[in-house]
Amino acid sequence: MALFRYVRAGDIHEAHARAATPGALYIAGGTDLLQLVQERVAKPAEVIDVTRILSSDIEDLGGGLRIGAAARLREMAEHPLLRQRFPAVAEALLGSASPQVRNMATAGGNLLQRTRCLYFRDVATPCNKREPGSGCSAWDGQNRQNAIFGGGPACIAVQPSDFAVALVACDAQVVLASPGGERRVGLADFHRLPIEAPEIETVMEPGDLITAIEIPAEAAQRRSRYLKVRDRASFEWAVVSCALSVRLEAGRVAEARIVAGGVGTRPWRLQGVEAALADQPLSEAIITDAAQRAADGAEPRRHNAFKVPLLVGAVRKALREFARAEGVQP
Amino acid sequence: MSQDGRALDVELRVNGQSRRLSIEGSTTLLDALRDRLHLTGTKKGCDLGQCGACTVLLDGRRVVSCLTLVAQADGRDVTTIEGLAPEGELHPVQAAFVEHDAFQCGYCTPGQIMSAVALIAEGHAGSDAEIREYMSGNLCRCGAYTNIVAAVRDAAAKMA
Repeated sequence: MALFRYVRAGDIHEAHARAATPGALYIAGGTDLLQLVQERVAKPAEVIDVTRILSSDIEDLGGGLRIGAAARLREMAEHPLLRQRFPAVAEALLGSASPQVRNMATAGGNLLQRTRCLYFRDVATPCNKREPGSGCSAWDGQNRQNAIFGGGPACIAVQPSDFAVALVACDAQVVLASPGGERRVGLADFHRLPIEAPEIETVMEPGDLITAIEIPAEAAQRRSRYLKVRDRASFEWAVVSCALSVRLEAGRVAEARIVAGGVGTRPWRLQGVEAALADQPLSEAIITDAAQRAADGAEPRRHNAFKVPLLVGAVRKALREFARAEGVQP
Repeated sequence: MSQDGRALDVELRVNGQSRRLSIEGSTTLLDALRDRLHLTGTKKGCDLGQCGACTVLLDGRRVVSCLTLVAQADGRDVTTIEGLAPEGELHPVQAAFVEHDAFQCGYCTPGQIMSAVALIAEGHAGSDAEIREYMSGNLCRCGAYTNIVAAVRDAAAKMA
């Protein structure tokens, strides 16, 4: 391991002050950061351990939930209220990483994990995310795993968090402790598109620390599920995934959030699918038609065009399974 | 923990014994176990958290020690393959691996066994499919998976 200093912040003020040190990075579970150090992608001079100052509690928030940023993936996935109110989130977590990593990785760190793009993690190649201005090797390279939504010639790296995709479907907010005070950002607006500055991945400002994730009670009025398609049965990132959160009224779709993972430079709302489902019954014909709209606006590259029909199929399957589970389709 | 530039003093409880170490902040738990404490049963495979050969228990929960800083384990309990059973005896999971020939080269085996011990404690040995899913963080390049599943199933039954 390359050398760096380790310090433990005593409280959030100390963490903010320490974060101004040149080359300093926060560390929580460390499961992504230490891989990046090993691969020479990240070169911190100092890591600031924040795990002992952040809450790991999962609390009832008037029918919603507040998740402390230091909660481990396993603690969240096994939490009865999370499983009951937001099953898509629990399913996304159980389908993430390995049992060992789920014991280590935290809620906050999961949202900040870096892309699995081959070129980002290979320091021998150009990458605008790693070396701003050096170019994008994936645009005309081995781009099988790259994004079909939200990218451009500067970057087509997928944001790989399953958790984030499910949280967007559940209207979650990120609570940030900034040096200037606390603020909240909707998770749908948390990750930035890699258009002007691919190296800046979120709306967080220097020193900002994620302290909690809040899921509102209104989202618990909808039923949710998460479907993940991957290259092997377990311990693998999504090739495509689909989180859906739907409320039916008298057999018709009263409200729907359909969000795709593995395909976007950030969690990708499929608004065409949502529009096609609005006020409709979940019949086979409606589902088939709506799922087709998952392809709206897709911009595949040479090696990832297969993701377009795969995503359509995943959305169709998720909707069918949802309809069956809700007893509105045989 | 005292902090003085790069050198840190930490204290861990490893296999029931208190161990004090002065380490670099960037030292992983894996390197500290192997190179400083000479507990070489814990193996270094990928060093990237992807193979599971370095699995140990931290406060009773399985983690990959290659992605754990020893500073993060300060004040906590670490169990390695050496600490599973008293000297000269085998833990039921170790005995089941021998009985079922659940390895070829043996390099991934300590990590497989630590993971299996945790899996059984977590209550995830309910079916072969569940065992496979919850052993997915441990790779075996020899492909001894069939016998590993049999060993875990058998050990879980004997420990019930």
